[in-house]
Formats: sequence, C-alpha cells, structure tokens
Amino acid sequence: MIALLWRDLRLAMRAGGGFGLGLAFFLLIAVLVPLGVGPEMSVLGRIAPGILWVGALLACLLSLDRIFALDMEDGSLDLLATAPIPLEGVVAVKALAHWLVTGLPLTLISPLLGILLNLSWAGQGWLLLSLLLGTPALSVIGAFGAALTVGLKRGGLLLSLLVLPLYVPTLIFGAEAVERGVRGADALTPLILLAGITAGSAALLPFAAAAAIRVNMR
Amino acid sequence: MSDHAPLAVRDLACMRGGVAVLERVSFALAPGQALILRGPNGIGKTTLLRTIAGLQPPLAGEVSHPAESLAYAGHADGLKGVLTVAENLGFWAAIHGLGDIEPALQAMNLVPLRDRAAMHLSAGQKRRLGLARLLVTGRPIWLLDEPTVSLDTASVQLFAAVVRGHLVKGGSTIIATHIDLGLPEARVLDLAPFKAAQPLTGAFSGEGGFL
Repeated sequence: MIALLWRDLRLAMRAGGGFGLGLAFFLLIAVLVPLGVGPEMSVLGRIAPGILWVGALLACLLSLDRIFALDMEDGSLDLLATAPIPLEGVVAVKALAHWLVTGLPLTLISPLLGILLNLSWAGQGWLLLSLLLGTPALSVIGAFGAALTVGLKRGGLLLSLLVLPLYVPTLIFGAEAVERGVRGADALTPLILLAGITAGSAALLPFAAAAAIRVNMR
Repeated sequence: MSDHAPLAVRDLACMRGGVAVLERVSFALAPGQALILRGPNGIGKTTLLRTIAGLQPPLAGEVSHPAESLAYAGHADGLKGVLTVAENLGFWAAIHGLGDIEPALQAMNLVPLRDRAAMHLSAGQKRRLGLARLLVTGRPIWLLDEPTVSLDTASVQLFAAVVRGHLVKGGSTIIATHIDLGLPEARVLDLAPFKAAQPLTGAFSGEGGFL
C-alpha cells in the first residue's frame, strides 16, 4: 500500500502529473475575485470564507477524473484488482494520494490567499482548520465519483454532476465555520459536523467506490 | 507434485457486454502444465481469461484455485510512461511483496533499459516490461492474453524460455495466442465448440447498460 502511495505521489510530481493544476486554479480564483468584485475591503472580507471554500472545492474537482481513469486506460487497474491489496485499500490509498497533492497544498496556501481577500486574522485559523478537516472528505467523495464514472470516456461532466451535490454539506459547514470564526461566534459546531462528514465518508465510501470499480471493470 | 489441480474450471459460462459468449467450458490445470486457448476473434478468449482472473463474475459455473495464485496480463501492460523501467517493475514487485527485480530484468533482457522512462520504449520493449512483471508477482498461475503482440522473433523465444522456466518450477499458465510459441508440451483448447448457443436476453441484459 505504501508502494502505491509513493507511486501515485511520484506520478503527480513528475511532468504532466497535474500537481500544480488545482493549486494554480485556487490561486487564480483568489486573485481574480477581488478584481471582479471591486476593491471594497468590507465586502471582500465578508465573502472571503465562501469564495475560498468554493475555490478549494472546484480546485479539488479539477483533478478528480485522473484518480482512476489513467489507471484504467493503461491497464494498471486490472492488475491492481488482481494484486494482493484489496480494492478498498487501493481506493483509500488513491484518495489519500489525491488529498496529499491537492487538498493539503490548498490548505497550506489558504492563509496567504485569505490575506488577498482581506479575511480577518480571527478567520485565518478557522479557515486553515476547516480546510484541513474538510478537504479529505472532498478527495474521498471525489474518489467515489471517479470510481462510478471510470469506465466512461470523457466522464468528466458526469463526474462533476454526480459529485457536486455530495460536496454541498462539506461546503456549507466549511464556509459556515470560517464565517462564524470571523464574526467571533461559536465555530465549533460546524467544524465538528465537518469532521463527521470526513470521518463518515472516509470510513464508508472506499467500500462503495471499490464496488463501483468492480462493476465498471466487467 | 500434488495430483490436486490448482486451477479447475467447471461448466463456466461467461459474458461480454451483457451477451453470453462462452458456455460449458471445463478444464483443469495441474502444476507444470500449460494450456493454449485458440479460437477465432470474438469467441471470448479475453473474456474467459478475465473471468478466471476474477475481474468479472461468471454467468454460470465456477472457477476454483488457491487464493492469490493468479497473475493476469492483458492487452495493456499497466505501465506508467513517466516512471523508468526499474521503477515500474519495482512498483509491482513491492505490491506483491517481493523486492528483487534483477532476475526479471535479466530474464526479459531489460537490463540496458532499466533507467529509461517507459514512455520512450518501443512497443515491443513495453511488452517485454509488461511480461517481466509476471516474474515479480511470485504467483504460480499465469493468465496471458496475447502475450506475444509486438514482440520480435528473438523476444518470443526469450518469452517462451521464461514460460518454460516457470513451468519447470511448478507453475502453470493459460495463454491465449494465435502464433506458435514453441511450447510443444502445451495442451491446446479450441474454444469454438464452447460458443454460447444463443445471445442472452432478459435478466442480465440490463447489466451492460448500468451506468
């Protein structure tokens, strides 16, 4: 399993692996929104939690179809399915690898982009924490969506449509936590719910995703 | 060597795209034996191999073999272009819990290419790397689907020698191929008589349409 994780990370880092894609997209959103909305600091500060969370979510979405589609194309997925690792473990490891190359860098860079959007200092910590707790759910749910659409050529559109509704709770609680943090209200409740979504999806969805892959390999 | 067959296929029927292609396929494969599948295009050689490998469920019948004894090699080699030959092979060795890739590199004549990225290999070299993967799985039963595609004559001989070495060590193999591999000891199974009588309709036909 460690070998699979290393391989996926190595593939993402090498040329054409798409490591910087989500990060660049996130950066673009944070740079472009102030230009589009206008320079009023109060407006920017108010919409910053939502914008940053939507940006993180879309940046995650961007690289989802690579999770299994590339392995399906070159036959690796068939070989992994006959390997000693259970397919559920393959899904979990690949979701983890996806998080390590998209969710984690997004989380780490987010305070910097928070400054660009005039997010208050009180909100910065909550933003970091909420993204840290919430982005793993985005990767796991995304892996499930990618597993459902793995047999389809250019399944990207269907994948987005399938996954977006599943992302909504994460988005709502994530943005809500930051927004409450900015206002100085109690942000713990949405954070706990966010952590609950992550824990629940990480526990259940690898099984669902593995089942979907088995159906798609027929 | 035990008289108990490690791989037994009984009354197997398999389907492709919701249509039954083969039925009543039965055979057993003992250690040290090779079985060559023959039959016209579309008869279901690939489907049969995938069903035996457990990649798709059988329509009827059963396949029995010891757990984790099968190594499947399909039309695609499962290579990553940006990884080198040694990295590709090392990954599969690690997945199967084996560390040493040198014997496999030597057996398939890949030592001079070990640090070359897989995307810069020729089709035949990629195939050799894909077949070298079988040696690092440590699995006794090889399921090979057209293993000699894009191999030159010398490489085919090299591969036949590898297969013979595998058989001598008590391994066994099922090979779907059209060419003469130079394995006179191998049994040949012609799949044409097992062609499914009529296309399946009804309960299973909707399965292919799922998603």
